[in-house]
Amino acid sequence: MATIAKSAAEIARAVNARECSAREMIDATMDRIAAVEPQVGAFLSVLERQARESADALDARIAAGERFPLAGVPLAVKDNLALDGTVTTCGSKMLERWVAPYTATAVRSMLAAGAIPVGKANMDEFAMGSSCENSALGVTRNPYDLHRVPGGSSGGSAASVAAHEAAIALGSDTGGSIREPAAFCNLVGFKPTYGRISRYGLIAFASSLDQIGPLTRSVEDAALAYDAMAGFDPMDATSVDRSVEPTAGTLREDLHGLRIGVVKQFDTHKLGADIDDVYDRALHDLEALGAEIVEVELPTADYGLATYYLIAPAECSSNLARFDGVRYGLRVDGVDVAEMNERTRAAGFGPEVKRRILIGTYALSSGYYDAYYVRAQKARTLVARDFAKAFEKCDLIAAPATSSPAFRFQSKSDPYSMYLMDYYTIPMSLAGLPALSVPCGWVTPEGGERPMPLGLQLTAPLFAERPLLAAAHAYERATMHAAKHGTEVVEVAR
Amino acid sequence: MRYEAVIGIECHVELKTASKMFCGCANRFGAEPNTLVCPVCLGMPGALPVPNAAAIEYMIRAGLAFNAAIPSFSKFDRKNYFYPDMPKNYQISQYDMPLTQGGVVRYWLEDGTLHECRLTRIHLEEDTGKSTHAGSGDGRIAGSAYSLVDFNRAGVPLMECVSEPDLRSAEEAVAFLEMLRRTLMAIGVSDVKMEEGSLRCDANVSIRPFGSESYGTKTEIKNMNSFRSVRRAIESEIARQSAMLDAGERIVQETLGWDEANGTTISMRSKELAHDYRYFPDPDLVPMEISAERVSAVRAKMPPLPIERFERYTKAYGFNIKQTAQLIDAPEIAEFFDRSVEVSKQPQQTQNFVLGDLSRLANESGIAIHQSPVSPEHLGELVALVEAKTINSKIAKELLARMWAGEGSPKAIVEREGLAQTSDPAALARFVDEVLAANAASVAEYRAGKSNVFGFLVGAVMKSSRGKADPAAVNALLRERLGG
Repeated sequence: MATIAKSAAEIARAVNARECSAREMIDATMDRIAAVEPQVGAFLSVLERQARESADALDARIAAGERFPLAGVPLAVKDNLALDGTVTTCGSKMLERWVAPYTATAVRSMLAAGAIPVGKANMDEFAMGSSCENSALGVTRNPYDLHRVPGGSSGGSAASVAAHEAAIALGSDTGGSIREPAAFCNLVGFKPTYGRISRYGLIAFASSLDQIGPLTRSVEDAALAYDAMAGFDPMDATSVDRSVEPTAGTLREDLHGLRIGVVKQFDTHKLGADIDDVYDRALHDLEALGAEIVEVELPTADYGLATYYLIAPAECSSNLARFDGVRYGLRVDGVDVAEMNERTRAAGFGPEVKRRILIGTYALSSGYYDAYYVRAQKARTLVARDFAKAFEKCDLIAAPATSSPAFRFQSKSDPYSMYLMDYYTIPMSLAGLPALSVPCGWVTPEGGERPMPLGLQLTAPLFAERPLLAAAHAYERATMHAAKHGTEVVEVAR
Repeated sequence: MRYEAVIGIECHVELKTASKMFCGCANRFGAEPNTLVCPVCLGMPGALPVPNAAAIEYMIRAGLAFNAAIPSFSKFDRKNYFYPDMPKNYQISQYDMPLTQGGVVRYWLEDGTLHECRLTRIHLEEDTGKSTHAGSGDGRIAGSAYSLVDFNRAGVPLMECVSEPDLRSAEEAVAFLEMLRRTLMAIGVSDVKMEEGSLRCDANVSIRPFGSESYGTKTEIKNMNSFRSVRRAIESEIARQSAMLDAGERIVQETLGWDEANGTTISMRSKELAHDYRYFPDPDLVPMEISAERVSAVRAKMPPLPIERFERYTKAYGFNIKQTAQLIDAPEIAEFFDRSVEVSKQPQQTQNFVLGDLSRLANESGIAIHQSPVSPEHLGELVALVEAKTINSKIAKELLARMWAGEGSPKAIVEREGLAQTSDPAALARFVDEVLAANAASVAEYRAGKSNVFGFLVGAVMKSSRGKADPAAVNALLRERLGG
């Protein structure tokens, strides 16, 4: 029996055991997508035909005796990942009709593991945003409260998994774009160490920060996806040539012998009593599982946001220069090349993308470069050093994933309050560390009717994905927060 | 008033690696437009660059050839500006940490004098695509109906070599460029063909009164398509600037294009509008660490450099500048020559053969010397045989023809066929006496004062020895017998 509520691990087991076919799994997923997409809006394109064909091909290979770690798992792919032959938009008018001519390495790895892409997920334009509201191409709603945002920038990825339109979604995280929407949508969102998963085929926002990772309904599924994608890629000079230990088989049930650091500077008291309670309880639960809680300091954590908002825009101002109307994507004609460039970029980019290109161009300009970009790089080094020092005292760091649960649409009207959403996730991105968000409780926001999930962020030293996932799994199994409330999504018969 | 010119050269040289700088596409000139492209060199969204290790090795070679420093740490930066034939609208280049720093090009002028021009740096970057503007009549973008871009060249590894302003005349500038070209060819890093664009150069030119220490205002000349146009453009620019200063006018710092047809420089754009390229380290590429071991490994494989040959040929061998240049500018022939000399130990004689008889055979047959059946070692043997007077030059010529026909070692032929020259006095005396006895009439004529008969008698002795007699010894013995 194909049920869309199963985890990726359960689906793969059933499909490999031929208890259900990949085709049945995909058919059921397509039914679910048809039923809930009008409410959720997770996808910019649904790959119905391709998914069914891929499922049939996979079933034939399984019938011939082959087995796949993610056999028949319906996969949502964030729309900044190239998938050969599919429209890959980055949530932007600039690429609204651009068909990728090749497939990203991470997506290929997932395909090779037997996962089946069912749709390209909505996102903040070029991954710039924390609510998915910056998408130029569609609105995605939080399945737990359809009046609220799913988070961003991997908002479509998160919503699709939360609404059971996929078992695993691929997202990308530059300053929190996997962890924040995962927290908002009651999911596990995992950003591995920078360089662990190839960025080849990930349309760049900020190259030195971007990292691909999975959004899933369980830690085990995140581990399976990570195991499929991690590893050196000769097509990405920043991918790390270092052996990868599989994680899925080494998940733990307790935390004995583990020292978990709590960051002195991350005072949850100021987040409000409800939220503070949730995080307090999370620390007690970790302790109850055998972990030793120790206080650590990240004195430069407060500079994270300012540092990030110089480095990321600087890189994006250069990365997005290629969208000029010459070779692909949108073109708005002009009397000469310069005017064509200007008109194309004026029409193709939304306000947040333009804002960041302007900030970045300014930060790199002659005369300002040393004062902004160079200083930001120095601050980045200091943040990384702080973490290294903290990890002398602990094995993992526990922190909030976000400062609030999912908020209502259009409630963050000025850019800075939106930027603040990533306060807790940005330092880890600057340091390139592996970090994940795991569901840790619920709060009913002021004026809200439904309880909304919160995420606990666990961070490990560089390349320590294995103990990170193992600990998250123990916490998840012991607390089972994710299962406590359901989504608001109602299945509508076709 | 007469002025001194101050000239610096910036040139771009395409490296002849098998693949492009940051992707696996073939690096080849002359293919159908847009057939040597992939997501990476087209700057497709999501594609990433991976550096070509061969290009980095070529840079190390170039650095070593010009005695430049090879820093242990180097990185790539992005140079940001919009141009339709540049796929990413930034060029991956090197800003403040180039692969090589400093160095010097030692070059010679036609009179054989050696000069030096210091290098500022050589850095590695990627080439752009190539635009063709249609409908404007003159190929310029202004007034064109449409433009086409060929990205085959986009991403080809490009070396940018910047000189210090050490050159003082058009002649020096051209001699510098020729030296640069022959050196880069010799170390095998580029074809260095101006006509195919694998060598492109710009010249920075200023003038100042002789004796002045400060520099005048410089202009930059672009669009020079041959060494000849480099010479003409610089001469024309020096003349233009001199006339302006003589007339009390000020020189404007600007970029000029060389108009080959009209023989003049024309203003292209004013430097005040200089771009802010917003250089920053390319976050897609990790910094490069160039170990001392890696540099040593490249050094160990360096071929002989033109400047080294120049010094050896002119100083140790005493060749004149013309012969020296003739050898050096045909690197395969110079290599052949050097290997021959190792065997013969006779540079001058070997050079006579290489530039003389062997070159003639090569011209007649259309087969290059280094591709002919004659090995450099066998030529060395031949020269050594002549020098040891084992064979005379006549036999040597015959042997060379047979070697060209594929008969192999001249030493082996000489031994097999007993062609060694006879200087044994008894054997010679026998040949001489036989000739004198058989030619009594000629002997009488000689004694009667007809001295030209002597040559006939020498020839007769050589003939009866089947060419093996040592002509000098024959001469001496004949004179003795004839009482001359």
